[in-house]
Amino acid sequence: MEPVGPYTLLCLERGGLESGRPGQFFMLEAPGRLLPRPMSLCLAPPGELAFLVEPIGPGTRALCALTPGDAIHVLGPLGNGFDLDVERPLLVAGGIGIAPMPYLREALGGAPAILGFRSELHAEAACLLPDAEVVVEPELVTDLLGEDPGDVLACGPEPMLEAVRRAVPGAQLAWEAPMACGYGACFGCVVELEGRYARLCVEGPVLR
Amino acid sequence: MSVPILNASGCLDALVAPDVARTLDAFVTKTVTLLPREGNPPPRIAEVEHGMLNSIGLQNPGIDAFVSEALPALAELGVPLWVSVGGFSAREYAHVCERLDECEDVTTIELNLSCPNVEEAAETAAEITRAARAATSKPLYAKLSPATWDLAALARAVAEAGADGLSLVNTIRGLALDPATGRPVLARGAGGYSGPALLPIAAACIHACAHAVDLPIVGMGGVASGADAAMLVAAGASAIAIGTALFADPLAAERIRAELASAVGTPPAADRDSRSLSQASSA
Ligand SMILES: Cc1cc2nc3c(=O)[nH]c(=O)nc-3n(C[C@H](O)[C@H](O)[C@H](O)COP(=O)(O)OP(=O)(O)OC[C@H]3O[C@@H](n4cnc5c(N)ncnc54)[C@H](O)[C@@H]3O)c2cc1C
Ligand SMILES: Cc1cc2nc3c(=O)[nH]c(=O)nc-3n(C[C@H](O)[C@H](O)[C@H](O)COP(=O)(O)O)c2cc1C
Ligand code: FES
Repeated sequence: MEPVGPYTLLCLERGGLESGRPGQFFMLEAPGRLLPRPMSLCLAPPGELAFLVEPIGPGTRALCALTPGDAIHVLGPLGNGFDLDVERPLLVAGGIGIAPMPYLREALGGAPAILGFRSELHAEAACLLPDAEVVVEPELVTDLLGEDPGDVLACGPEPMLEAVRRAVPGAQLAWEAPMACGYGACFGCVVELEGRYARLCVEGPVLR
Repeated sequence: MSVPILNASGCLDALVAPDVARTLDAFVTKTVTLLPREGNPPPRIAEVEHGMLNSIGLQNPGIDAFVSEALPALAELGVPLWVSVGGFSAREYAHVCERLDECEDVTTIELNLSCPNVEEAAETAAEITRAARAATSKPLYAKLSPATWDLAALARAVAEAGADGLSLVNTIRGLALDPATGRPVLARGAGGYSGPALLPIAAACIHACAHAVDLPIVGMGGVASGADAAMLVAAGASAIAIGTALFADPLAAERIRAELASAVGTPPAADRDSRSLSQASSA
């Protein structure tokens, strides 16, 4: 457990679990809660899985309150993850959307990154991605995209993803939705996709 | 104690998670309707005290696509197949049952007479059961709502109309409001309340029906442990279905089966599946 700005980096023993592909997620038991919570893999040091958690409600607060030695159920990796077959990757993240980026950058063998945060305190999390360009609101990540941003891989709040999609129509975007199961069982996590409701945990979380 | 364990309808997609389906004694599909349904807009789920709310709205491909696309793949799983059937009139239920009657791979039909998330048919549960009975010779289970004033009387009515069994219980309507805005959390407003809070409600319903009719009962509602399952069996269930508990623990059926086998009536040992157990370590 390690504070990173207002977030907590939660390191778990990997057990028999694979680390999966960047952008995939895991369902983490949140002690005291009925349903597990989806979390993107942030880092995969040998023998461990690390998640960056923003405490915004009862489930995420319970995860941030774990102490060394506690055991939780973990299911994953789940979902599709980012397509790594890109020529000029540019990572774009807003707020807790930085979570999948360190693992993604490692898998890509390095990539430039633009990070946006809502305060200086939140921006402390930029330490997870050295050399990234960092903006703090009211400045926005889309202000830095430029004419030809390349292959954008993005994660962040919905308004940011919508803005990135307008600026870069082919961008790979990692979305969020409330999830009960994370493995296609409940049909709770749907998003509108090409005129139908698609399960984000099955067809996403990364969508074009 | 050994009791057949099924999934509750709408709580598992066997085609996405075949390994989970193979842990069951029978797989129950999500409710299928005559026409395709897109379902309700999101957000569709919310965790609440002692349970969760859902308003999925019976998203399904409709009976034609179900029979031509999903069914052949489901048949290959090698797990007995129950199909849950929904509708908006007795005729719709009957049409869907007629189609399924021709499908060898379908062992049992469960009539969903109790979805809290869609408009109800005008006919009574007994009238729908009678129409379905006329349309199929397959075993018919009537799935009833716990929010029924005299459930024992309803159980007698569907038994008389030709039901071969009962599935008890479906969710009960609940509403979550965002404390900051006072507005419903789910897009559709109210939803179906499932999970631990349902267990004593299910026990009461099963108990009442078991005394009213001589039909096998699939008990469900908040079952998350062998002790929970044993309680519904004691109330009168002859099989158990697991719904919400599968979301946190896809292997819940195996765990509950083992707990039931080893500890009748005593609280289950708290040992958990080590395959998915991780330990927090200091960074
Ligand atoms: C694929 C995926 C990956 C994720 N990765 C991370 C991660 O790496 N780190 C991290 O901190 N969080 C991540 N999240 C978000 C995280 O799962 C939610 O913040 C968490 O489930 C909220 O639970 P809670 O009990 O703390 O708060 P709740 O009480 O459930 O929610 C608090 C508030 O947030 C809203 N909310 C809840 N869940 C979501 C959601 N999934 N999307 C948008 N709004 C929501 C609620 O409506 C409510 O207003 C991810 C979500 C998904 C779907
Ligand atoms: C997300 C979700 C979807 C459901 N969909 C259906 C459905 O399509 N048809 C049906 O008969 N019941 C449906 N149910 C109700 C369950 O089958 C079950 O009756 C109820 O959830 C109680 O069991 P539980 O507490 O173990 O979940 C659904 C329940 C949930 C949580
Ligand atoms: S979270 Fe259950 S289907 Fe996606």
